[in-house]
Order: sequence, then C-alpha cells, then structure tokens
Amino acid sequence: MNDAQEALDIELEVNGERVRRRVEARRSLADFLRLDLGLTGTHLGCEHGACGACTVRVDGAIVRGCLMLAAQADGARVQTIEGLSDAGAISDLQNAFVLHNALQCGYCTPAMLIAAQALLEANPEPTREQIRAFLSGNYCRCTGYQSIVDAVASVAAYRKSSAGPR
Amino acid sequence: MKAPRFAYARPATIEAALALLAAHGDEARVLAGGQSLVPMLNLRVAAPRVLVDINRVAGLAGIELAGGCVRIGALTRHAELEHSELVARHLPLLAAAIAHVAHPAIRNRGTFGGSCALADPAAELPACALALGASFVLRGPRGERRVAASDFFRGLYETALEPGELLVAAEFPLPAAGAASAFGELARRHGDYAMVGLAACAQREGKTLRAPRLAFFGVADRPLLAARAARALEGKALGDAVLAEAVAALEAELEPRGDLHASAATKRRLAGVLLRRIVTELAQ
Repeated sequence: MNDAQEALDIELEVNGERVRRRVEARRSLADFLRLDLGLTGTHLGCEHGACGACTVRVDGAIVRGCLMLAAQADGARVQTIEGLSDAGAISDLQNAFVLHNALQCGYCTPAMLIAAQALLEANPEPTREQIRAFLSGNYCRCTGYQSIVDAVASVAAYRKSSAGPR
Repeated sequence: MKAPRFAYARPATIEAALALLAAHGDEARVLAGGQSLVPMLNLRVAAPRVLVDINRVAGLAGIELAGGCVRIGALTRHAELEHSELVARHLPLLAAAIAHVAHPAIRNRGTFGGSCALADPAAELPACALALGASFVLRGPRGERRVAASDFFRGLYETALEPGELLVAAEFPLPAAGAASAFGELARRHGDYAMVGLAACAQREGKTLRAPRLAFFGVADRPLLAARAARALEGKALGDAVLAEAVAALEAELEPRGDLHASAATKRRLAGVLLRRIVTELAQ
C-alpha cells in the first residue's frame, strides 16, 4: 500500500470473527470497535493514552485502543472484553472483582480485567508490588487500587491452587 | 478528542517509505509506535496531511550483535528491549531504563526509534543512547549516514534528522570489561515522564570510576552529559567528599527550567540527589 489514502478497506479478526470494513484513516481502533462494530465494552477516557480504559489485545499483546489506528489493525487478531468474558477466560477475575468490591462506577473495569489477565499470563505469581506496577497504566478514579490489587492477588492464588471459582 | 483528517500510507520497504517522505515533504510524518504521535494527533497538537506508517517496513525491527555493536532496529518495541537477552547481557543500562518507560500496554507498541526521533527531553532512551555512546543510523535519499548520539539530539524535539530522512537503527558499542552502569529517575507517578533522570556508566576499578558518563534527562532541552560532575569523579575513590564535590559541580553546570511538575530549584536539588544515588550504585 504505497499511496496515501484517507479511507481504506481493512480485514481483521475480532473476538474470533472475521470482520471487513472500510474505515477512515484517522479512525482509532477503539472507535472502530465501539462505533463500527458496536463493541462498547472498550471504553474511552482520555483519548491520549494516559488512562488505559481503552486497553484491548492485538495479536495477544495489550495495547491502547486509542493510540492505534484501525488501519494498523488490518490483518491482526483483536480481543476485546466482550471476547474475553464470553469465552469464560477471565470469569475468575470477574468474580474476584465482585467479591473484593474492586469496582464502583465500573468505567475502568473492562480494561483493568484485560490488563490483569495479561499480567497473570506473563507472571502467574506476581507480588503486590508487581501487580501495582503492571496496573499503573490503568487509572481508577473511584474505588482506589487496594481492592483491585487484592482481587488480582486472590486470582493468582486461586489459579496456583487451581481450586478457584472458575 | 479525535485525530484530524489525514491520508495514510503503509510502505513495505525503506525505499518506498523514503519515496513517500520525499513526495510529501513537510506535510508527512512518520508513524512508528504512535504512542506519542497519536496523542498529539488526538489533541490536535499535530495535524500532518500524510502519515507514513513504517510498522510493516521490512528490516527495521530487531536486536542483533553486529561488528562489535548491539544494533537495535528503529522499529524495535520497548517490550522487546525489556525481554531481550542480548540487551540484558550487553546493555544492562537499557534494560534498567525500560521499566521506567510508561506502562506495559504502551511498551508493547512504542518503539526505540520513535522515542529517539521524537527526542522528548524527559525521555529515558535518548539519555541511555547518549551515556553509552551510541550512534544513530539514518537513511535518506542520498544514502546512509551515522550520527553520534552526542550530535543527534539538537534541542527540544529537535534532532539531526534532515527532512526526508528516516532513522533506521542505533548501534551501541559493546561495553569493555569492567564497565558498570546504573539508571534512576524521579517521577510523580510510576510510568510518568521523569522530573529528573540519570543514565550513567563508567569503567569501575574497585571503588574508583574512570571515564564516567552522566546523561541527565528532564533538566534541559535535550539529554545532557554532565561533564563537570564527571570530571569531579574521574579517577577518584568514591567517598562522601568526592560525591559532595561532584554534586557541587553538577549544580553549577545545570540550568534546568521549571515546569508544571517541578520548579527549577527542585530539579537542581533532585539532580544532586540522583547523582549521589546512582553514582554510589555505579561504584558497587
């Protein structure tokens, strides 16, 4: 693709389904998911990469949905909170967030869950300090982080004992 | 906010990228990891007519040993640096710095070359390149040239890159035996840009440091080698008196400007605090 275009056709996999759309070049991946695909579990807070509410996974890696263009996800495999929760992959994390009161308004929660899952996959036994460092890119403005860290730590322990409420 | 309208091109080769940059001149910007450029678009601080996305340009990513250097491709993501054995073994300064660069989701996209080409004066990686004596490899319509890090960073967001040139890699000389390095920064929150930071390296002989290079960031319009402080340390056994001399020399040579996060006096003071910490770590 050597010509500069203001709109282009993209094809990608979103939560396991092939998707083809024509998008404006300036369309962010987060807006694409929300506005073009109706996947509104991906939230937009600051739209400049500070708050982390738009976190999604692209080819397995967590990224800021507001800082990636939909055009750049052409050919990629994207997972959103809808895909992760429908698959049951994070049901223990979801349960733990409820048990530990790790959310109030819930705006940050989908991204917090996605980030926590990425952490636990890479590091199944994180220290509290490591949990805090990893989640430092996800802002919560109401609950505070204590109960979120509690919830993630409890899931690490559940998964280790493999006796968690999955 | 949303990015303004722009046209987007995704070349597959360096030559095609250079051709696009030549064709669109000042109206084009290179899009690498996008972790600084896209916020600037969304905030409408930048409004280029054309984005040249180099993410699929072949041969720009990766870390390799070549000709006595560690060569880091411009498109190498921060996360790759973070997990690279080559970096951990040969460039522990970079390995130490990378954990301070933003957050995991940002490090999965942000690139080494993007950070250096942007040249934010408070960024970690440019200071590491300066401390370690790296060279940048630039490709343009007239071919390839190398620019030492000390000549590359020219000012606030200003580098030696000429219009139409692309940063393709950085080359870090392999450290000699006895090389030591240490990194630290002071930030309000984990992952924020530093109020003051220091990337330091030296040759260590017992408690004595030789040829120390102290690259401060967040204290000037570009990463800055503190030459007077380094001279105060050169060849001396580290102790309280030597450290005090180095801090005094540093305070005399730094002229930081205050910003939203810290006043000039605070920055000068914090720079001295960091110097003590990091140099002490260097000599251990």
